Amino acid sequence: MIITTNVSKQFGKLKALDNVSVTCNKGECIALIGPNGSGKTTLAKTILGMVVPDSGFITFNGKNILHNWDYRKDIGYMPQIGRYPENMTIGQVLDMMRDIRHTKNAQTDEELIETFGLNTLMHKRMRTLSGGTRQKVSASLAFLFNPSVLILDEPTAGLDPVASGILKEKIIAEKGKGKLILITSHVLSELDNLITQVIYMQDGRLRFHKSIEALHADTGETQLTKAIASIMTK
Amino acid sequence: MNKQILLFFILITACSTNIFSKTIRVGNGERVTGIQQGIDMAAAGDTVLVTEGHYRQGNIIINKPLILKGINFPVLDGENKHELLSVKSPFVTVDGFHIQNSGHSSMVDIAGIKIYNTHHVTVINNILENNFFGIYAQQGRLCTIQNNKITASSDETHLSGNGIHCWKSDSIYIRNNSVTGHRDGIYLEFVTHSEVDRNKVQKNNRYGLHFMFAHNNSYTENIFRNNGAGVAVMYTRHVIMKKNRFEDNWGDAAYGLLLKEISDATIEGNHFEGNTSGIFVDGSSRIEMEKNIFKGNGWAIKMQASCMDIALEKNNFIGNTFDIGTNGSLVLNTFKNNYWDKYEGYDLDKDKIGDIPYRPVSMYSMIVERNPPAMMLFRSFITTLLDKTEKVLPSLTPENLKDDYPLMKPLAL
Amino acid sequence: MKKIIKYVIADILRNKIIIAYTVFLLAMSLSVFNLEDNASKGLLSLLNIILLIVPLVSIVFSTIYMYNSSEFIELLVSQPLKRRTIWLSLFSGLATALSLSFFIGAGIPILIYQPSSTGIMMLLTGLLLSVIFVAVAFLASVTTRDKAKGIGKVILLWLYFALLFDGMVLFLLFQFADYPLEKAMVGVSALNPIDLSRILILLQMDVSALMGYTGAIFRNFFGTQAGVIFAFLVLMTWFIIPLWLSLRKFNSKDL
Repeated sequence: MIITTNVSKQFGKLKALDNVSVTCNKGECIALIGPNGSGKTTLAKTILGMVVPDSGFITFNGKNILHNWDYRKDIGYMPQIGRYPENMTIGQVLDMMRDIRHTKNAQTDEELIETFGLNTLMHKRMRTLSGGTRQKVSASLAFLFNPSVLILDEPTAGLDPVASGILKEKIIAEKGKGKLILITSHVLSELDNLITQVIYMQDGRLRFHKSIEALHADTGETQLTKAIASIMTK
Repeated sequence: MNKQILLFFILITACSTNIFSKTIRVGNGERVTGIQQGIDMAAAGDTVLVTEGHYRQGNIIINKPLILKGINFPVLDGENKHELLSVKSPFVTVDGFHIQNSGHSSMVDIAGIKIYNTHHVTVINNILENNFFGIYAQQGRLCTIQNNKITASSDETHLSGNGIHCWKSDSIYIRNNSVTGHRDGIYLEFVTHSEVDRNKVQKNNRYGLHFMFAHNNSYTENIFRNNGAGVAVMYTRHVIMKKNRFEDNWGDAAYGLLLKEISDATIEGNHFEGNTSGIFVDGSSRIEMEKNIFKGNGWAIKMQASCMDIALEKNNFIGNTFDIGTNGSLVLNTFKNNYWDKYEGYDLDKDKIGDIPYRPVSMYSMIVERNPPAMMLFRSFITTLLDKTEKVLPSLTPENLKDDYPLMKPLAL
Repeated sequence: MKKIIKYVIADILRNKIIIAYTVFLLAMSLSVFNLEDNASKGLLSLLNIILLIVPLVSIVFSTIYMYNSSEFIELLVSQPLKRRTIWLSLFSGLATALSLSFFIGAGIPILIYQPSSTGIMMLLTGLLLSVIFVAVAFLASVTTRDKAKGIGKVILLWLYFALLFDGMVLFLLFQFADYPLEKAMVGVSALNPIDLSRILILLQMDVSALMGYTGAIFRNFFGTQAGVIFAFLVLMTWFIIPLWLSLRKFNSKDL
């Protein structure tokens, strides 16, 4: 579904992405992991078209995404930090997004809005919200339009355990519907039970891309944290 | 006793005219239709009455003392060829004519009414329209020009002469006339001991009133509005200017009053409003300016550094963009007890006189004086800033150009 | 595109700074018109407010707004939208909101107290200056990643347009005092939208005759219909070019 081929990106002296080639298919739930500054957020952003690679190309459903914007209607993105125009209400933000992505036939998925209890907060202005509530809004927006691909950047950061649990349930449910889910996270324990594949990056380079089973087999560890740790210490 | 003799004398004179002089009627519907013919028939002291009508009779010469009077403003038309009335005798009165379309010439000064080397001529109650020169006095003496309405419409200066033009004359009284659309409204050259009062001079191409080498004259209570420049006094001594209004002489290089190389003048009780420069003084000395009002002018006074002994006292300066402009740092003039609306000082001892001096020359006006294109920055932030700095640390503006006793309240004028 | 503009305008119009700006303009213009004994003098007092405050507020507010919206812009970019649409929507939203504040704060009092050609000219140039300085703010914020640096930059830009440019002109005028620079000044005025606006307004007032020969040249040039059209085209260029450059930059910018 998403194929990156030899993607490189340099910010000044820093090589953020160095010849990264990965293939992501539908039905997979991929963890994008690596230490800080390893290039995982940059990779997610190149897929979203926020960062334009210096070389290499990315295809989405077989089409090059360069100078294309239409493909993003199939993507739901949850940013690491969600900040919105301060004087808009939650309701207005949701309305605006609905306006932008108005797909006449498609049914919107408002499950998260309800389970997060946002529908009682619709008239709250964004500047009055806590970081956690804003994350809830971001998460709800990512899932709202039933996209076939979800890119979640540190989705559980800032969420309380209850909300975090709700989000995880939702991710598992969507995975079950055959969607492609990309999660960047550094809290590896969160990702157990969720993911099917792991992309590990370091210094802008792709270290490995393995299925979770292969990883378990290679390292003999069942927990992701330990599996990764054993690779890193090798 | 004296009074009685005087009365007797007046009575005799009045009777003598009644008894010995006759009245001749000429014009349309009369036995004599030629005006010149009527004049030729008349004896000295007679009255020639011209009936209503439109006369194209060329040049008419008045060569004996008489009264030429029009009934209901008969029109004398010069057909753009002739001078209309030539007065060549003393004791002539021209009254009540509509004189129009005199000839134009670049060689001779053709006028509607021209007075040649004579005295005691009265030109009164006439309408002059579209003449080259309106009323022209050449070496006249003791003449009166009064209640005439003089207009011209030529846009080109070289095609229009002056409304009232006096040359080498003495004791001319110009009163209550209105002059519009000429080159100079009133022009005095080598004219002495004359008075110009209560005239209304508007929309002339060059100056409203123009003095050249004309000494010992006065003008009072006139209105000069919308001329190229209101009044120009040049190369002249002893001129008294009182209670005139100089208004809306607005344009590039336009002045309310232009003083060039003059001395010993009094300028008192005049009102200067809405002129690009209220007064422009160059190379002049010993002038007293007192009790004048300067309101809403671009520059109230532009005083070149070539002036000396000019005393400004008890004037009101209100709403002018620049109060005083000058081009040098030498100041030999005095400013005292004027009211300046831009004065920001205080009066602690309550004597109604500000305790710190006022400097009427702003930094920006000095800059513009030296470098006219800097006018592009007119009313920009930087010029305001420069003016404020200059107030604190004077460097460019003349040190001595200041009013040490500025008034706190405007004078009632 | 309209959808985003609508929400952006609604957001900005509730902004406290914008409300304060509108109230400030309204208070200034009302007091100026009521305190001065004649309305055209009131206009002159308003002139400096329009030429200084309007650009300052427009440029600083827009810049801060753009920096504060960076995450929001990222979110919009992740949506199926052209970057061009996002950028132009934000620009239209900000420009409309600031123009609207100016119109309410200064425009309406002008129309009530002084609906003359001078007033209309002041209103038009004020609106254009609002838009121009939003565009300049866009260019500055898109080329500078750091917020503090960006705000510093736009304050310097404002200082340049409001003061330093005129200082330089003055300096050059004295350096080249021997040359006839009157005609060149027409060209120079086109290089600074604040100067151009000031001259356009002054030419509508009768004080223009005061400006002497330079004024006459300006009047001959900008006094004609063609001249006014040219001046407005120049002012339009002043927001189109920064906007176009900022758009080009934004199109290839990494967020």
